[in-house]
Amino acid sequence: MLEISHLRYDVTAEDGGALDILKDVSLTVETGKLVVITGPNGGGKTTLARAIMGLNQPTGGTIHWNGQDITNLSITERAKLGVSYGFQQPPRFKGLRVKDLLALAAGKPDLAPGEGCQYLTQVGLCADDYIDREVDASLSGGEVKRIEIATILARGAGLMIFDEPEAGIDLWSFAKLTETFERIHKQGNATLLIISHQERIIQLADEIVVVEKGEVAHHGPREEIFPRIMARTIPGCGYMKGGES
Amino acid sequence: MEQVDWKILREIADLEKTPQGAYNFRVNGALDSRQTTANIDIVSKQDKPGIDIIVKPGTKKESVHIPVVLSATGLTDVVYNDFYIGEGADVDIVAGCGIHNTGCETAQHDGIHVFHIGKNARVRYVERHYGEGPGTGENILNPRTEVYLEEGASITMEMTQIRGVDSTIRDTVVEVAAGGECIINEKLLTDGAQRAESNVEIILTGEDATGRVVSRSVAKGESVQVFRPCMTGKDKCFGHVQCDSIIMDTAKIKSIPAIDAQSVDAQLIHEAAIGKIAGDQILKLMTLGLTEEEAEEKILEGFLN
Ligand SMILES: Nc1ncnc2c1ncn2[C@@H]1O[C@H](COP(=O)(O)OP(=O)(O)OP(=O)(O)O)[C@@H](O)[C@H]1O
Ligand SMILES: [Mg+2]
Repeated sequence: MLEISHLRYDVTAEDGGALDILKDVSLTVETGKLVVITGPNGGGKTTLARAIMGLNQPTGGTIHWNGQDITNLSITERAKLGVSYGFQQPPRFKGLRVKDLLALAAGKPDLAPGEGCQYLTQVGLCADDYIDREVDASLSGGEVKRIEIATILARGAGLMIFDEPEAGIDLWSFAKLTETFERIHKQGNATLLIISHQERIIQLADEIVVVEKGEVAHHGPREEIFPRIMARTIPGCGYMKGGES
Repeated sequence: MEQVDWKILREIADLEKTPQGAYNFRVNGALDSRQTTANIDIVSKQDKPGIDIIVKPGTKKESVHIPVVLSATGLTDVVYNDFYIGEGADVDIVAGCGIHNTGCETAQHDGIHVFHIGKNARVRYVERHYGEGPGTGENILNPRTEVYLEEGASITMEMTQIRGVDSTIRDTVVEVAAGGECIINEKLLTDGAQRAESNVEIILTGEDATGRVVSRSVAKGESVQVFRPCMTGKDKCFGHVQCDSIIMDTAKIKSIPAIDAQSVDAQLIHEAAIGKIAGDQILKLMTLGLTEEEAEEKILEGFLN
């Protein structure tokens, strides 16, 4: 179970004033659930996800994972406790090959034969074409993004956070990806927290969280929140892709 | 040969025992052992230290190992090696120098290599430089390499210096005739107070000559690196220089690439970049469970792989 309690994140603005990017965010995600976080650009979704991973240090509040207070643990310690996060904008590495990155993610010196292929197929990449490629500037945006998702699959952690996994991904790979999320969710071993603006992904959710202006504006079962997003009765949601209008 | 000499041979030439094919081992300024083959002859020079390596025309899939080991402190070893590669030959040459310095005096090896590569011959040249030892004496390597490629001839040079060399000035000059190709892959890591300077000059003299320099380096500690790759095109030709460095701690790196076109059909490109390890690269690897130090190590290892 992931329990976020009164989480705050402030930064000092250029003019010296305080910018509160997360204001008192509280959120509980039960083990095995698939929860989609959505909301307008700049609302604070990525900031929240990065705080859970330890990539930024909140200025207030606590984060508990499986009962343990992880608020002050390092990124590495959280990773070892089963927290994982697929970056919204994944970095590239000159010289590291796809198979090196997947092996690091899987936590072993080398992948078993066919293992890398398995992760890449789940994100719609043909392993033979990619496994030996460097994760450098020669890969397209959508390719890097899918490799990033594959590292999270290879990690197989208890908490998987994906930050706009659909961004830049073609229709065919996207279909593969939603299947993958669905399958992981059915297996029930992982808690999935997916930041997304995509109707197809939102439809997979057990619960939907709308983060807006640094706050949880709405949180509830999909059946309750989704129709309101579609009917535009939740303000600020006109941004959503794939919605009927 | 002593135990320590074998250890160094492993580092610089991956050798566990005497290799197949031709070889010439030089240890502490003198010939240790040598083997020639029906196609590859090795002859000591009469007028100065060094050897002539003569590869018969048409020799295929043979190799020559010419490692140099210095395990005595206070020695300055200068050698002149000349390679004559016959027309159409295809050979691997593994050179390299390792220093094990136990004393407080300087150990220095200056290798001057000259390659004459015949028409359509292909050479793969691998050179590794390595230093170690508990002594306080400096390990110094100042290699000079000259390569003359005849028509259609090619050379790939992999030059690596990863550890333990305190000071190095490397000069490389390559002349490429029509249809010839020169590829240089340079890898360098310096740390502590080490200094390294690399001057590479490729002159594309003939039509359709090709030159490529890919240089990757990492400077740590307070080390200093200077690169001066220069590509000159005198005919319809293609040249590409790419220098990429990671800078850390209080190190200094200077990269001064130059391209010099002397023909309207010369196509020459240079790219040079110096930067620290991107923070999000380290963070990403930490989210995979690596510590900050492990992440940094992996990134450098990949970069210099
Ligand atoms: N270190 C920072 N300094 C200043 N502003 C910041 C900082 N980090 C985040 N912000 C701001 O906080 C807000 C929330 O950013 P965040 O990346 O969390 O949004 P998001 O909900 O993920 O948006 P998107 O849907 O566009 O990905 C944005 O306005 C952003 O510019
Ligand atoms: Mg975001």
